[in-house]
Amino acid sequence: MSTVSGATPLTQISPGRKRKDRIMRGSLMAGTGIALVPLILVIYYLIYKGVSSWSASGFFTTDPTGSFFGNPGGIRSAIFGTLEIVALASLISIPIGIAVALYLTEYGKDGRFANLVRYFVDVMTGVPSVVFGLFIYITLVISHAGGSGFAGWKGSLALSLLMLPIVIRSAEVVLLLVPSSLREAALALGAPRWRIVWRVVLPTARSGLVTGSLLAVARGMGETAPLLFTVSLATAFTGNINGLMNSLPLQIYTDITNPRDVIVARAWGAALTLVALVLILNVTARLISRRSSMT
Amino acid sequence: MIPPETTSKEPKQMSAAEEQSQEREAAPDLSAMGERRQGHGVKVRGLHAYYGSVHAVKGVDIDFPANEVTAIIGPSGCGKSTMVRCINRMHEEIPGARSEGHVTLDEIDVYGAGVDVTAVRRMIGMVFQKPNPFPTMSIFDNVAAGLRLTGTKSDNLRERVHRALRAVGLWGEVKNRLNSPGIGLSGGQQQRLCIARAVAVEPEVILMDEPASALDPIATLKVEELIDELKNRYTIVIVTHNMQQAARVAKSTVFMLDGELVEHAETTKLFTNPSDERTERYVTGKFG
Repeated sequence: MSTVSGATPLTQISPGRKRKDRIMRGSLMAGTGIALVPLILVIYYLIYKGVSSWSASGFFTTDPTGSFFGNPGGIRSAIFGTLEIVALASLISIPIGIAVALYLTEYGKDGRFANLVRYFVDVMTGVPSVVFGLFIYITLVISHAGGSGFAGWKGSLALSLLMLPIVIRSAEVVLLLVPSSLREAALALGAPRWRIVWRVVLPTARSGLVTGSLLAVARGMGETAPLLFTVSLATAFTGNINGLMNSLPLQIYTDITNPRDVIVARAWGAALTLVALVLILNVTARLISRRSSMT
Repeated sequence: MIPPETTSKEPKQMSAAEEQSQEREAAPDLSAMGERRQGHGVKVRGLHAYYGSVHAVKGVDIDFPANEVTAIIGPSGCGKSTMVRCINRMHEEIPGARSEGHVTLDEIDVYGAGVDVTAVRRMIGMVFQKPNPFPTMSIFDNVAAGLRLTGTKSDNLRERVHRALRAVGLWGEVKNRLNSPGIGLSGGQQQRLCIARAVAVEPEVILMDEPASALDPIATLKVEELIDELKNRYTIVIVTHNMQQAARVAKSTVFMLDGELVEHAETTKLFTNPSDERTERYVTGKFG
């Protein structure tokens, strides 16, 4: 083979370089492994401790009795309470959150007011969840707004305050990903801005919006502190959103400190149920958004 | 593994008439849109455009005659795209951008007080450098988008979409998959889809900002043929970096430099016998 004069000769990769590569790869792998350890442990413990109580008779079909001795009952009212409270909180926070994000990306852009809103949203993200609970407690629970002190809808409000910044921030990121060339194309056709948002921007961003909202829903489902001061804890099954309600986080919170083993086991079962609910919700919403984007 | 037989379908027997119609569908057929139409010209007077403090277009006067193709050439950053975007008031959509001067379409000042900017853009359509079909919409919906997005009530939406697709010569290629996504088409087909989208709204003027610069030579040729047909119904302004393209499609050509109009002449004259020395240096490749 003739060598091209002037060109750098092809050399082997030096052993030092190879060693560095191996060390860096190894440490990155190790970091990933370490990060996975707690995740796997949590899931392992949940399943290990929780599954056995799932098989207890009437676990999903009876309400907690509240009696310390006799039959402790299941967690039916807690499941339905959580679903109701979180559904109402989502109905409040997701539309408002997406509307705020639309304002930020389509109208406010880099204006002074939009940046102020962004700043407050960031501050809200950092507020501890117990503060939202206290806020609703002071404004709505003490004053017995709506005729009762503790009420399910007040818990929903506290949760929606917590979910709102998450929805706004995730929706804003997704809406910014919609290529501006699409907005330009629609503008050049003579479309008014609201129609562009409705027919071009939102459909293009849909699956991302679903994912972001789900993140907020999942986060809201597991929160205990905002419910502690706003809904309190009832044991009975109730559809009345204006009264005391049961919920999975509070059920876990009270059960886990109970001295009786059966009730502690119920806490594990409820925790596993909570994780399963979030997972089911996630999968179904993704399936729905995927199916509707095909048509 | 043996790949499954994919060509098992019997070749369809095609009658002579069908063959002929297939051929017709492949070529742009502006007669689908109706008779040749006397369009309206555009006059630009004393146009200045700014991006913040940057003065991008410095006092330009141009007449774009009706039913003619006018090309605008010039080096990058000479303000040709900005000037074109001022004609349908897209320039003002950029934060910090503003413009002064007059643009008239059929004696109506598009910058006049009380003029609805969306009405201006419906009259003056635009095709962009990169094909930009809406990714969530089917081929049909993409063409219908212009009508739906502007709230145009149309009893014969289907027919108008089909006519627009025929007009850009895309009908034969897509008639069997109108409901498949618009982004599934090739780049050249996407650009013709975007032209169909602009045509479906029935504008007076079509602005094209380097419409073929992202396309291969064959797709470019198709778009150029289409432009030649489109002038029978519309006034066309085309920005291009490709001087051969300007020579092929445009009746007259404008040369811009540093935000100023240097020369506007019949295309053949501008390329063979320019009156300005700067034009000559540019078209002969001596600078820019």
